[in-house]
Amino acid sequence: MSTEVEVNVHPLKGAAQDYWSRIKSGDIGALPAVLGLLVLCAVFSVMQDSFLTPGNFANLLTQAAAVIVIAMGLVFVLLLGEIDLSAGYSSGVCGAVLVILVTNHNFKWWIAFPISIVVGIALGLFIGWLVSFLGIPSFVVTLATFLAFQGLLLLLAGEGGTIRMEDPTVLSVENSNMNVSISWIFYLACGALYVLSGLRRVYARRKVGLKTELMQLWVLKTVGLLGVTGIAVYALNLERSNNPQLVSLKGIPYVVPVILFLLVVGTFVLNRTAFGRHLYAVGGNAEAARRSGINVKWVRISAFIICSALSAVAGLIFASRQNSVSPTTGGSSTLLYAVGAAVIGGTSLFGGKGKMRDAILGGLVVAVIDNGMGLLGYAAGIKFIVTGLVLLISASVDAISRKGGGS
Amino acid sequence: MAQPILSLRSINKSFGPVHVLRDVNLDVYPGEVTALVGDNGAGKSTLIKCIAGIYTPDSGQYLFDNNEVQVHGPRDATALGIEVVYQDLALCDNLDIVHNMFLGREQKKGMVLDESAMEVMARKTLDGLSVRTVKSIRQTVSSLSGGQRQTVAIARAVLWNNKVVILDEPTAALGVSQTEQVLHLVRRLADSGIGVILISHNLNDVFEVADNIAALYLGQMAAQVRKADVTSNQVIELITTGKSAGVASIGANS
Repeated sequence: MSTEVEVNVHPLKGAAQDYWSRIKSGDIGALPAVLGLLVLCAVFSVMQDSFLTPGNFANLLTQAAAVIVIAMGLVFVLLLGEIDLSAGYSSGVCGAVLVILVTNHNFKWWIAFPISIVVGIALGLFIGWLVSFLGIPSFVVTLATFLAFQGLLLLLAGEGGTIRMEDPTVLSVENSNMNVSISWIFYLACGALYVLSGLRRVYARRKVGLKTELMQLWVLKTVGLLGVTGIAVYALNLERSNNPQLVSLKGIPYVVPVILFLLVVGTFVLNRTAFGRHLYAVGGNAEAARRSGINVKWVRISAFIICSALSAVAGLIFASRQNSVSPTTGGSSTLLYAVGAAVIGGTSLFGGKGKMRDAILGGLVVAVIDNGMGLLGYAAGIKFIVTGLVLLISASVDAISRKGGGS
Repeated sequence: MAQPILSLRSINKSFGPVHVLRDVNLDVYPGEVTALVGDNGAGKSTLIKCIAGIYTPDSGQYLFDNNEVQVHGPRDATALGIEVVYQDLALCDNLDIVHNMFLGREQKKGMVLDESAMEVMARKTLDGLSVRTVKSIRQTVSSLSGGQRQTVAIARAVLWNNKVVILDEPTAALGVSQTEQVLHLVRRLADSGIGVILISHNLNDVFEVADNIAALYLGQMAAQVRKADVTSNQVIELITTGKSAGVASIGANS
């Protein structure tokens, strides 16, 4: 217990040892998702030439977008050890509200979109109230709302079944790209902000005499992250149209900054605000949180509200990608893919552990499986089975690491 | 002798027909450890809950710093500077030591958590208690041993300049060396001027750190005695029979 830090160990080596002991004690973080992503990409690249192309890469991002956003919302709920099985259909319902307002009632998208988010908040409030005040398990509540929202979506979609989305702004989210120079400027601006905020944190801690993360390690991580994202931006800026003379297709899809924005805001809320801290506390030990004077019921309700509000954002992404909303929007495998994404990314099903970035990493893993196996020509049935197995594996990793760390 | 920081006079508490506390007197002195002993069902927990404001006594006086006060809820007790460390500690395993110490009372700069300030304060508090056993205060509580968890829970109670800290069986689940560590911590807590109430079944622990001993017997205060004035056997007699020949009670019980 009383551990003297050995002075003769190289600092980076010491950091590596710390990391290794954390992994051994069950705190594995993003490691499985990153490894899985690398292995899957390597395997698919070898098996199918068309996998590792700029066109497919951009396609992958737009495919994954809606599931990632729903998974981001689910992280809040999973942090409490709860679940929202109706998040997929919430996005369908909110998407339908958006499309009906824009197409049938000629609302501007920037009026219709906030309204659809308000609808999402109302759905979340309803679920959260049932879970928090009546004490019904969230599994049961959201199983019921899963069916009810599906019915609501059917009613909203009406006889025709499909409502077209024609607003150019909404459509551009999934179907248009920033031009090449804007893409680079965007990348550089984000990179600069990331580095600056990192340095600011180090400086603020130094000022009051606290230990800071090893500088070499921080530089290594930052360079790595900026390198990988730089390569991604470079790939997205390559021409990916089959017929460049007719129509040019390059740049970062607009949905990427949308997701990045949600990532930054969500991470800020979880890590830097008292509310975020209380979410982790309630997920870790609700009784301890209650005794510390935290309003546990309110924290529960707000997690469901955030989840459904983010589903409404996913609803817009669905409407943009499918050019329409139909009774199956947000249905079939959407919800399970989203839960899978969060869990594969490293969010615990038992509550108390999870990050915004988990949704992105896990969402990419799910999308790569879906996309790669599609390219290889496997039937949908096989894809579902494989995705289900991957979800089971990550849930097992979650359960086992919990045992290891819970001593 | 110094004035007691906390005094209870003739506290009565019934639950329906069961008269749990009968005219109980208790004095807690600043800078001293008052051990509260008694057999199962003697009323220790009820008495503690009355002090902490979880139960309101049916009758009796509650004096804090020589002023009679009304304590109608845990918030009132907290406002007076009374903190209870329960046996199950109420820590969040998934949060680190600093987060746990400030849980529900986070320091903020605007709407953002002021992590640096919290870490500095937590460090200072742990140093003030001469805690040397935790490697980093940024490690999660799940990685701590039982004794270290107890340390964190006690440090959390000290953080807010409390005047009275109540410890409910702090050594019950600990091994020999960890018990020793926690008892040292209890001693330092009292030496820093806090009035400590220590509930324990273990008379070895009691005789090691306590300054005075209050023995409850079937809801009545058998005696509150200076440790130096009694032997272990006499305390056992007080616990099991409610009286012991030649025991001189102090304070209001004399």
